[in-house]
Amino acid sequence: MAAPKKTAAKEQGQDRDNGPPPEFTRDQELAALRDMLLIRRFEEKAGQLYGMGAIGGFCHLYIGQEAVVVGMQMALKQGDQVITGYRDHGHMLATGMDAKGVMAELTGRRGGYSKGKGGSMHMFSMEKNFFGGHGIVGAQVSLGTGLALANRYRGNDSVSVAYFGDGAANQGQVYESFNMAELWKLPVIYVIENNRYAMGTAVSRASAQTDFSKRGISFNIPGEQVDGMDVRAVKAAGEKAVAWCREGKGPYILEMQTYRYRGHSMSDPAKYRTREEVEKVRHDQDPIEQVRNRLLAAKVSEQDLKAIDADVRKIVNEAADFAQADPEPDAAELYTDVYR
Amino acid sequence: MPIQVLMPALSPTMEKGNLAKWLKKEGEAIKSGDVIAEIETDKATMEVEATDEGTLGKILIPEGTADVAVNTPIATILADGETAADLGKASAPAAEMKAAQSAPPADAGVSVQASPAPTGVAAPQSVAEPDPEVPAGTEMVTQTIREALRDAMAEEMRRDGDVFIMGEEVAEYQGAYKVTQGLLQEFGARRVMDTPITEHGFAGIGVGAAMAGLKPIVEFMTFNFAMQAIDQIINSAAKTLYMSGGQMGCSIVFRGPNGAAARVAAQHSQDYSSWYSHIPGLKVVAPYSAADAKGLLKAAIRDPNPVIFLENEVLYGHSGEVPKLDDYIIPIGKARIARSGKDVTIISWSNGMTYALKAADELAKEGIEAEVIDLRTLRPMDTETIIASVKKTGRAVTVEEGWAQSGVGAEIAARIMENAFDYLDAPVTRVSGKDVPMPYAANLEKLALPSAAEVVQAAKSVCYR
Repeated sequence: MAAPKKTAAKEQGQDRDNGPPPEFTRDQELAALRDMLLIRRFEEKAGQLYGMGAIGGFCHLYIGQEAVVVGMQMALKQGDQVITGYRDHGHMLATGMDAKGVMAELTGRRGGYSKGKGGSMHMFSMEKNFFGGHGIVGAQVSLGTGLALANRYRGNDSVSVAYFGDGAANQGQVYESFNMAELWKLPVIYVIENNRYAMGTAVSRASAQTDFSKRGISFNIPGEQVDGMDVRAVKAAGEKAVAWCREGKGPYILEMQTYRYRGHSMSDPAKYRTREEVEKVRHDQDPIEQVRNRLLAAKVSEQDLKAIDADVRKIVNEAADFAQADPEPDAAELYTDVYR
Repeated sequence: MPIQVLMPALSPTMEKGNLAKWLKKEGEAIKSGDVIAEIETDKATMEVEATDEGTLGKILIPEGTADVAVNTPIATILADGETAADLGKASAPAAEMKAAQSAPPADAGVSVQASPAPTGVAAPQSVAEPDPEVPAGTEMVTQTIREALRDAMAEEMRRDGDVFIMGEEVAEYQGAYKVTQGLLQEFGARRVMDTPITEHGFAGIGVGAAMAGLKPIVEFMTFNFAMQAIDQIINSAAKTLYMSGGQMGCSIVFRGPNGAAARVAAQHSQDYSSWYSHIPGLKVVAPYSAADAKGLLKAAIRDPNPVIFLENEVLYGHSGEVPKLDDYIIPIGKARIARSGKDVTIISWSNGMTYALKAADELAKEGIEAEVIDLRTLRPMDTETIIASVKKTGRAVTVEEGWAQSGVGAEIAARIMENAFDYLDAPVTRVSGKDVPMPYAANLEKLALPSAAEVVQAAKSVCYR
């Protein structure tokens, strides 16, 4: 993982020289660990179920990127909205959506969040302010900007967070949205999850400007590069961006430098990078190990940490059991929910 | 020789206008570029600039004259050395040339003409069956379709604070086609939002706002430009309710002019009726009359689903009777018998009705009583009304400006075959736009569009006459 390019950042006049991230309290560390572990174990289980044929179609796992959504969610408050693309399981769990409902949607069952009609890429929860789950690369950026427009229209102080990847960052509508968001000072945080590969294409092969925090410069949108493997750095940057938006100053861009350990989707043989590259990130920068190591150094017992893992595994196993036992949707559901 | 100043056309579809004001007097010197008069239409006021130098010889059309046809001489300019005595010799080569280009076509309903004759404007009302939605004795007001659409939006915006409009030039400019005239003044910039030229982006933002529970009206300057936004319309607006298992829908109206205008060539003249009517999750409305424009737009704004509202630029200036009711709503999905008949069913919508109704008049002269159905809504399609009529007449002709392949006419023909095959006395026949991109040349454009003559011919052929 490259260190944030602070020199380049200063040249551009972008404000992102944050110094070391503020320490978490023990409770924050434990909460972050638990939330990230839940995502990791959930995704590992989803990968297994996919291999067994219980999950079909596309299945994009979030393993490696957990610190991004967990850190961001720690910076948000009730009423803030979240929207993302198709690598969305982590976002749903982070917003508090029920693991059973998410897993049952992956298996296409009636107890899934979309009654089995959406699948991995299309889940929503009005209750948790999670607006999907979108399969067209970049579409969620305009939609998320629209959520922010609704907040401004209603005069509330909610902020919308639109997540997208380094691949989506090259779509045209992203820049159309940037323009309007800044023009109208909309409270939207654009979180670019730079996991270094758009499917099989390395950032350097697809992007003329590989520093995504600069992508808003021509619209006067401030941007920051953030160590997306360090949940503390993510939370700190998220809080700064949230404050900016809540003050009515318009949108904010956060480039989260992160990494996905698994392939683009389950069917990706990942020939575009070496096993060594993946292993190195896992070994040096794993977001969960970072927190674990800090907790152990702070004299939290191995046993306590194992208890958290056991608790998370229980939730995930129950979700997997439910998702396989729950019936498929009734055939009559084929024609419902087309109109209301 | 003195030069004639002609009544100019302000837009591709303008046929006439009012001479609002003369800014120069007879005998006053004029330089090229001087503003000599102001003219206005229901859409806009514009200045007439002199293109020649000299003296304003004679004002031929006094200020305050209404409905001056395009190309009518409005004044004469005397060149140096000429006097009022030379006025009789005035000629207007430019005017002659223009007239040749826009010679009134045989079919007065065709949109390309710039002739002053009001095209089938009043026709729909004069032949229309009474609207069952309107109580007998209701007072009617005459409005242009443009005004009816504007009133529909204004009424719904007064009624519901979640309704707002966004699009290019909808606010300060008062609408590229003046459909949003006055809305900014009444509702302010929060609810009447000018967007940059960025269809894909603002369509997505509108859908996002709708997902958050607002009720946006997204105006596309024309539906040709909505091609940039069609991913958000279909993949985000139309499908989300289903993909979310009914949890999250999208109450939004996408509206604007659709189909051929006049002389704007292939990229600005396309009928998207069949494109959108293909998509489950969308409702598609395409009104023809002023009353329907109002009642259906109000229904579309209240509908909890995404609605594609296809207007027509040629029709914007056409007037019709609109019921003066506090809340005039026409249910989406109901066709209307625009004219009763027993011999053949002609099915159309939007500007296609212009050809259909004109053809029905012609057919009547030859003793063929056509029943004309105005679909008004393309999705959900009112199959029942079509089938009931075809069972009565045994013959059907569809009329659309769009292309025949995979067109709405093809869909109607299939439904008739599926539901009334045994009642048919002749194959269903389609009249459509020709299978070419829209040409620019006036004569070719006229050939590319359907015509009343083609509808007459099709109707006669299915009647074996």
